[in-house]
Amino acid sequence: MPSALPDGEPMPQDGALPRHALTGAADRPLGFYLHVPYCATRCGYCDFNTYTATELRGSGGALASRDNYADTVVEEIRLARKVLGDDPRPVQTVFVGGGTPTLLPAADLGRMLAALRDEFGLAPGAEITTEANPESVDPRYLAELRAAGYNRVSFGMQSARQHVLKILDRTHTPGRPEACVAEARAAGFDHVNLDLIYGTPGETDDDWRASLDAATGAGPDHISAYALIVEEGTQLARRIRRGEIPMTDDDVHADRYLIAEDRLTAAGFTWYEVSNWATSQAARCRHNELYWTGADWWGAGPGAHSHVGGVRWWNVKHPGAYAQALGEGRSPGAGREVLPAEDRRVERILLELRLAAGCPLSLLAPAGARAAARALADGLLEPGPYEAGRAVLTLRGRLLADAVVRDLVD
Amino acid sequence: MPATPTNVPEPSRTDPALLRNFCIIAHIDHGKSTLADRMLQLTGVVDQRQMRAQYLDRMDIERERGITIKSQAVRLPWAPSEGEEGSGATHILNMIDTPGHVDFTYEVSRSLAACEGCILLVDAAQGIEAQTLANLYLAMENDLTIIPVLNKIDLPAAQPEKFAAELANLVGCEPEDVLKVSAKTGVGVPELLDRVVRDVPAPVGVKDAPARAMIFDSVYDAYRGVVTYVKVVDGTLGKRERIKMMSTGAAHELLEIGTNSPEMTPADGLSVGEVGYLITGVKDVRQSKVGDTITQLAKGAEEPLGGYKDPKPMVFSGLYPLDGSDYPELREALDKLQLNDAALVYEPETSAALGFGFRVGFLGLLHLEVIRERLEREFGLDLIATAPNVVYRVDMEDGTEHVVTNPSEFPTGKIDKVHEPVVRATILAPSEFIGAIMELCQTRRGTLLGMDYLSEDRVEIRYTLPLAEVVFDFFDQLKSKTRGYASLDYEPTGEQTSDLVKVDILLHGDKVDAFSAITHKDKAYAYGVRLVAKLRELIPRQNFEVPIQAAIGSRVIARETVRAIRKDVLAKCYGGDISRKRKLLEKQKEGKKRMKMVGSVEVPQDAFIAVLSSDSEGDGKAKK
Repeated sequence: MPSALPDGEPMPQDGALPRHALTGAADRPLGFYLHVPYCATRCGYCDFNTYTATELRGSGGALASRDNYADTVVEEIRLARKVLGDDPRPVQTVFVGGGTPTLLPAADLGRMLAALRDEFGLAPGAEITTEANPESVDPRYLAELRAAGYNRVSFGMQSARQHVLKILDRTHTPGRPEACVAEARAAGFDHVNLDLIYGTPGETDDDWRASLDAATGAGPDHISAYALIVEEGTQLARRIRRGEIPMTDDDVHADRYLIAEDRLTAAGFTWYEVSNWATSQAARCRHNELYWTGADWWGAGPGAHSHVGGVRWWNVKHPGAYAQALGEGRSPGAGREVLPAEDRRVERILLELRLAAGCPLSLLAPAGARAAARALADGLLEPGPYEAGRAVLTLRGRLLADAVVRDLVD
Repeated sequence: MPATPTNVPEPSRTDPALLRNFCIIAHIDHGKSTLADRMLQLTGVVDQRQMRAQYLDRMDIERERGITIKSQAVRLPWAPSEGEEGSGATHILNMIDTPGHVDFTYEVSRSLAACEGCILLVDAAQGIEAQTLANLYLAMENDLTIIPVLNKIDLPAAQPEKFAAELANLVGCEPEDVLKVSAKTGVGVPELLDRVVRDVPAPVGVKDAPARAMIFDSVYDAYRGVVTYVKVVDGTLGKRERIKMMSTGAAHELLEIGTNSPEMTPADGLSVGEVGYLITGVKDVRQSKVGDTITQLAKGAEEPLGGYKDPKPMVFSGLYPLDGSDYPELREALDKLQLNDAALVYEPETSAALGFGFRVGFLGLLHLEVIRERLEREFGLDLIATAPNVVYRVDMEDGTEHVVTNPSEFPTGKIDKVHEPVVRATILAPSEFIGAIMELCQTRRGTLLGMDYLSEDRVEIRYTLPLAEVVFDFFDQLKSKTRGYASLDYEPTGEQTSDLVKVDILLHGDKVDAFSAITHKDKAYAYGVRLVAKLRELIPRQNFEVPIQAAIGSRVIARETVRAIRKDVLAKCYGGDISRKRKLLEKQKEGKKRMKMVGSVEVPQDAFIAVLSSDSEGDGKAKK
């Protein structure tokens, strides 16, 4: 079962935004997230909004089919054009995620991108990323993507160890993700990311080091390393509850994080967000930076979230319901929230504090500022940036980021 | 038989010879309220249509817990169907409902003082319980005529023969004199009413003397102010009379006088031997105290009736609002409860750990529980109550004396002697549990006073115990060690000097006043070890290492450590996670509000509740 949507107010039928959402839009970058809700099989740890062919059979029928999925997304892109009206901004970043985008033919991914180009235009140097599963791409496929305009690819590597991949239900063989990096480079991709997961039950510190070394050795310019979160309702959560698999201790996660920071730094990567490292400023994922800096993005696809000028909305989750709404000329939005100023302030703190750039101390209320001073004294914030008016987490602070946020938003 | 309206004597014009004042002594659940219900129906004062279960119990809590906290008096007309003289004449039966619990012994004794007879009501499946026995002894001391009755004879588990013998033995009558009734079905209840008329003596008083009326209950009513229940011993109180409280000399106008049948019914007055209520417009039960004597303001009596005592709190506990901003509401709620509870005393108190609250004195543990429950239920307050403690008297070597009602105020410095209150505890149980009970009492520093067999397999055990040991989960332990069969009663008998010390708990070096406890020297170590182990379980990991220590003075007797937390961050944060993350943050902030800062350590409210709620010998094994 994919995770639940938030509660919110209902979305207008035509998807229209309150007028104020577009004030000052010219100063904010605009990005697009395109969701592809299909996977060949469901991984035991995953709670994303994605469906296997079996799961879709009989529910939503042809509407939910992946054959005409690209066309449905193009419908939403056209709706976005209408809703944003005469907003002149070209698209700065596109990110196709899932699910498994590469389950679709490369031509479909190309068609969705072309629609964005037609309706909005792509800014010069726009970052165009797709996620890819190592087992579902080959050099030809990558070349087609590159030709369609994609210039960044993100592979789900997760681990270099077979026994870890098995717990995660990943089907690729060790070594395949590293080969993908080389193939992507050969196809002409500027930027390549590898996703890693640490703290999987059964993984040792040495397994983790091996994964990091294999990843850095493959030559990507970006690595995301996420602690395994056991989400409620996943197969993995059930297996842990039944005692089939042990739960990983938080202290182990902390150790692995320190190992990651150590290994990645040694390999020439620098952290710029709690779970993200890049080899240079240019290698950072600009699309994710949109999320973390409160910029505007339109999320197309079932269950996708969007944010424009303090209005956040989310689409219906099921691919069938999603396709039906668009087919009837309605917005697929399921609900939305118009964020009050205080919520936007809180979100800025909770997002920006995770960044290496930190968040400005001027965002903090008096109680939060006092908490920041305490966090500095406790060694959770860096003294240099603090002097310069910014709250930037130390290495230990990064591991306790949520606790620091709780204090700073006071 | 029920009386017909025409032949019922009216208040203030009733011949004392036709009056019967009686009460019912029974254990919780032995069916007193149900019996009262049947009597209301049989005598026709409540008709079938109005009848509801436990008619006389007004407070929700009373009905729910099946206990009676405040007593009442109901005037029941009854014409006996048999008997020698006055047969058939309509008598007036005043049924005085007594509180059933040990905490309210004084109120019980005043209710008993208003009666000439009592029904001893015992469950035919369970036999007499300790509190009932204690109240029976009180009744005997008051020279009341006792009518032994077995209830619930309709139950399959009833053993009427066995318990009739037990009652006969206690009361000093023949087993066949014990009446057998079912309050539920009504079987035997008319015979019981006849028996009351036959056996209970009529009240005796001086008709032409100045009025003397004893207050046996005093109840605050939101609409009418204080309703005072009295028994007129001598003379007559008329309506619109000016009266005087003899303990204070305070004068009041009588706004209304009357009887309950069972609703309040105004009358012209109350005369010798009669029982009823009066209303003076006072707003606080402390101005109309149980046990006090009322007389006329002009040409009143000189001598009050005997037996008046000021209620004295025996058990103290700190009550703190979970949310500090509820402090004014808590004060208001206590003020309101005090209107109806002369025994409730409190004063403001500040705790470094718990903030602003009150140190509240209670008659006993049930009193504490009832008050706390009413505060939470009727006033919607979330409270933390510190572990109950007794009052200590501490003599210092320099000759000064301290009275300690809060363990954290236990004096430091050279202590000469510590005095603690002791009680005489009476425990009734099947004899198979003698060993377990004696073991429990020994570990609670008890001294055996004696033991008697009530019947072949039931025994009464008497101990002297420090009250402090009784208020700390003694009853729960007793129940669990006797599979629920034992019953307990206790009465204060004075104090003793003991080797007592104060154990402090330190979190990260800061003393947590709410956890300070006074224990016997020999038990201090075990207490300290248990508490720090428990706290280690309950206190979440903080950003730094937190030592938890137990200490006597500056000497540390136990220590545990909560390791510093190293990771508190969710790894991923995509566009779709942001709302979820913000809501999670809001939830966590709510959770943080339920944390109390003790120095720099965040302690969950639950930890306070878990430690303070008198959990017993928990195994104390840490798992974290």
